[in-house]
Amino acid sequence: MPVAELRRVSKRYGAIEALRGIDLRIDRGELVALLGPNGAGKTTAVRILLGLATADSGTATVFGRPPASQEAKLRRGALLQVAKVPETLRVREHIELFSSYYPKPLALSETIAAAGLGGVENRLFGDLSGGQKQRVLFALAICGNPDLLFLDEPTVGLDVQARRALWGHIRAFVARGASVLLTTHHLEEADALANRVAVINHGRIVAEGTPADLKLRTAQTGLEDAFLELVKEDAMEEVA
Amino acid sequence: MTHVYWMEAKCEFLKLLRMRVYSLSTVLFPLMFYCFFGLAMGRSPQPGAVMPMARYLLATYGAFAVVGASLYAFGVGVAVERGLGWLQVKRASPMPRAAYVVAKGAVSLTFGAIVVTMLFTLGAAFGGVRMPLEQWLALGGTLVAGAVPFCALGLAIGNFAGPNSAPATVNMIYMPMAFCAGLWIPLQFLPGALQQAAPFLPTYHFAQLALGVLHAPVQGTIMGHVGALAAFTMIFAGIAWIGDSREQEKAYG
Repeated sequence: MPVAELRRVSKRYGAIEALRGIDLRIDRGELVALLGPNGAGKTTAVRILLGLATADSGTATVFGRPPASQEAKLRRGALLQVAKVPETLRVREHIELFSSYYPKPLALSETIAAAGLGGVENRLFGDLSGGQKQRVLFALAICGNPDLLFLDEPTVGLDVQARRALWGHIRAFVARGASVLLTTHHLEEADALANRVAVINHGRIVAEGTPADLKLRTAQTGLEDAFLELVKEDAMEEVA
Repeated sequence: MTHVYWMEAKCEFLKLLRMRVYSLSTVLFPLMFYCFFGLAMGRSPQPGAVMPMARYLLATYGAFAVVGASLYAFGVGVAVERGLGWLQVKRASPMPRAAYVVAKGAVSLTFGAIVVTMLFTLGAAFGGVRMPLEQWLALGGTLVAGAVPFCALGLAIGNFAGPNSAPATVNMIYMPMAFCAGLWIPLQFLPGALQQAAPFLPTYHFAQLALGVLHAPVQGTIMGHVGALAAFTMIFAGIAWIGDSREQEKAYG
């Protein structure tokens, strides 16, 4: 049984077709990157798997359950794009609160260490750097010791150093055996972290495979070229 | 399970306490107004007034304080957290759905109780207000419990207002609603048209209940005012629910 699955899922927002019958499956222990340009439907796919939006057609399941069910929620964590996190709570308080939502959370010290927040746990969220803020959101995603992690553009807006630091923490968490769905428009990020990449454009999966597969398929050297090639092919099909 | 509710309420309380805009506007405004109108001007009975202003206004500024604490906590709090993505993070988590609203409600009542206690202290220390203990407690209890309809109103505002416009929206509803129901200066000093319109405001029924505890002459019956507040609560909760359902299917990229 896949850990999470979308089957022929479509979603429309008014005139915009955000998803057009996509299939996506995440298996145990896999880190799948959903790679695509802005507005391709990445966040919509994540929102459906988190139960924050419902599919117009098709089915979405998480651990064989409806995404909005409490059973699904208890076994997953999510790092979402958020414009403003309450700034007058301390790092420790944020983590303690989210830990209380789960029956068997990680110990506070373990979460703090796993997210690289040692030394800043007593600071107010508003006083943190961008990289630290993002690592707090990562801590909130992992504090319940989930089997499945959703990371929606986790390193957007971070400098290279902060990005690499977060990658390190993501890798360490995957090494514990968790599955991850990562959305990104950073090709380097998908290449660096994913076992499997699904390229999404205009609400459809246009290519899928290991980073090496995708590079091979388009006979280019880097994933970046492969990506541009795939998106271009898709655009040409659309014209035809 | 109760642990989650306790944690949620504790964090909500600390969050608001450390937010100067919130703690200052909910605490300072009512205390300041009470000092001006209740203490500075009101030691002796006004002509035509039935009791010293310091005592009468303790009920109405208590109501004013409680309404403000609830409207800001819910109206501004929900609008900001909903509008800027934080509520999504919470909803994706296993947090019990009700914990968010229950915690905000509990914290609104707590802040209401804190400000009411400060007002009582001012009234007793500098306004010469003397009452039997039961009456102090009855007034305090009525004031704190009266927060409920305004939590619902705040939630309705929070589910519709944008994160940036919410503070202005709250003030535009809060201040006129307080003034027109006689929370700043007693109703009988307001123009006749306003006095006629006051029963359409939830603040009016709240103030009448609080004044009733002081045995001030009030209009209507206690049950009538409680019923009116219950009806307002239902209406506001309904509006809040509509706003929430509308939000669920809002466009996202």
